[in-house]
Amino acid sequence: MPLLELKKVNKSYDNEGFSVPVLFDIDLEVEEGEYLVIMGPSGSGKSTLMNIIGCLDVPSSGEYYLDGEAISGKNENQLADLRNSTIGFVFQTFQLLPKETAQANVALPLLYAGVPKAERMERAKEALEKMGMGDRLDFYPNQLSGGQKQRVAIARAMVNHPKILLADEPTGALDTTSGFQIMELFTELNKEGITIIMITHEPEIADFGNRKILIRDGRIIEGATEETISEHRRLR
Amino acid sequence: MTEDLKLSFKGIWSHRLRSFLTMLGIIVGVAAVIAVVSTISGTNEQIKNNLIGDGTNTVTIQVYQNGWAMDFSYGSVPEGIPEFDESILEEIRKVDHVVNASLIHRRDYVDLYYLNNELSGSMVYGIDANYLETAGYQIISGRGFSENELNGQKKIVLIDETIKESAFDGVDPLGKTLEIQGEPFVVIGIVDKKSEFEPVIKNVQDYYTYMGDTRGAVYIPDHMWPLVFRYDEPKTLIVKATSTDDMAGVGKKSEDILNQYLHVPEGTENAPKYQSNNLAQAASELQQLSSSTNILLIGIASISLLVGGIGVMNIMLVSVTERTREIGIKKALGARKSRIRRQFLMEAVILSGIGGILGVVAGIILAKIISVVAMIPTAINVPSIIIAVVFSMVIGIIFGMVPSIKASNLNPIDALGYE
Repeated sequence: MPLLELKKVNKSYDNEGFSVPVLFDIDLEVEEGEYLVIMGPSGSGKSTLMNIIGCLDVPSSGEYYLDGEAISGKNENQLADLRNSTIGFVFQTFQLLPKETAQANVALPLLYAGVPKAERMERAKEALEKMGMGDRLDFYPNQLSGGQKQRVAIARAMVNHPKILLADEPTGALDTTSGFQIMELFTELNKEGITIIMITHEPEIADFGNRKILIRDGRIIEGATEETISEHRRLR
Repeated sequence: MTEDLKLSFKGIWSHRLRSFLTMLGIIVGVAAVIAVVSTISGTNEQIKNNLIGDGTNTVTIQVYQNGWAMDFSYGSVPEGIPEFDESILEEIRKVDHVVNASLIHRRDYVDLYYLNNELSGSMVYGIDANYLETAGYQIISGRGFSENELNGQKKIVLIDETIKESAFDGVDPLGKTLEIQGEPFVVIGIVDKKSEFEPVIKNVQDYYTYMGDTRGAVYIPDHMWPLVFRYDEPKTLIVKATSTDDMAGVGKKSEDILNQYLHVPEGTENAPKYQSNNLAQAASELQQLSSSTNILLIGIASISLLVGGIGVMNIMLVSVTERTREIGIKKALGARKSRIRRQFLMEAVILSGIGGILGVVAGIILAKIISVVAMIPTAINVPSIIIAVVFSMVIGIIFGMVPSIKASNLNPIDALGYE
């Protein structure tokens, strides 16, 4: 059984009474341990797809199974718990709380998981150490470089031992060197068994994944081969 | 819970100036309420202690007819009222909450003379051995009456400070002769209230004094009363109660005891009866007067509390907008709706609670300033403090509700994209 399965997922948004369709009949399966890269031009619907996969949004129709569980029909609290326990988010703009230290930022998901304070701090420290940030525990986000911020964000995503790491343009705000360092971290995490789903524009970054799909106009382009991908590159 | 509490404090502390400005409305409102209530209760306490209690908690029970205390200066002595003596006092003293009792004669508006100084409208008391003690007077110079003098024929008199000031004009009154109804009396002592209080109004007489009427009192042995005035005038009972609150009950019971000895002829209309003085009623009217004006003030203060609450809501709404991204991050990381709601609600409650406490402090200081500057007594009223703090926290809950619900309903996707 795949870790994640989308069947005929449609998504449309209401815009002043008009229904604006964004995703059409998306079928997607991701096995445990995969490293999936989603590519596609702006406005193709890939962020919407990520939001649905990340349980931040629900499909308008179709079914979504995460870890064997149907997502449709779950209420907001259940979705929040699911995000907390199963999914780790990494964003292009890091999304760290500016008034909290690196350690407090990383410990946040554990607060919502109901972990006691001492254990939270200890686990946050371990997660940061694993990302090579053990000497920056008490630093605030504005005292860190972009690459360091993204390491903190990854530590936060991983601290509650999720099954899936969802990354939306994780290198988009980083210089090339830092970007590649982050990618090396991803590869390492993937080797340890975590499933990664990553959106990116950059072909060099996309090459770190072991499976690529292309989204265009809200549809997955079947058989996204090297050719179609390179065509996509060319079109950019 | 404690975690959320810490978070809220942190949130408030990291925006110190904004938090303080938010609280300002609550602070002003609570301070106003506390100051007003303190002033009201201070005034009421003073009225109660000094006007009703006369500073000494004494009740006067005298003969009334047609709702008015009988004045024996005019007309005949009413029939059927016995000449009470020491034995009735024994009976009165057995009543609960009675400390002491005394039987006296009393006349208002008597003209006195010292040499050519006329003192019109003075009060004359014919007193027994218990009077000074019961009514809370003490001898401040000279001496009081001895047992023999109280039962003898010596024309001696005690005077109060007012008489001393207005009739003797710097001359030592001791040994001087005062004319009461043409009879010469030698002054042997000066009495004054035991100074247990330092109020503006010490007793009813002071209250009249306050109103521009200056009247003094002199005290002669009751045994001498018929010589100066008349035989068979009904006596007045003075009873000292243990506390101001017991005065009404003591007065009522004493009335009943005296009245059962009256043998008014059948068919007499408007028969005179013993009644305790209705100072309590007079005082409560005064209190009502002060309360009714102050209810207005409390209303104004409450409105300012309401405005303070709206201020809290405004700032919290701004704060929610400002922290949209933070809310989005927290939701993405698995914070439930209730958690976000609780955080903002708690912030609002703590904000207004701290505002309430600061308001109480400011209110107490304000009350002290009022009591010093305006010479109005103030009494800090503990229930009002508790109510003010609780009320401001309730305002925090009510006006924190809208912003916190708004925060918890934010869509995490929109919130994350918000810059």
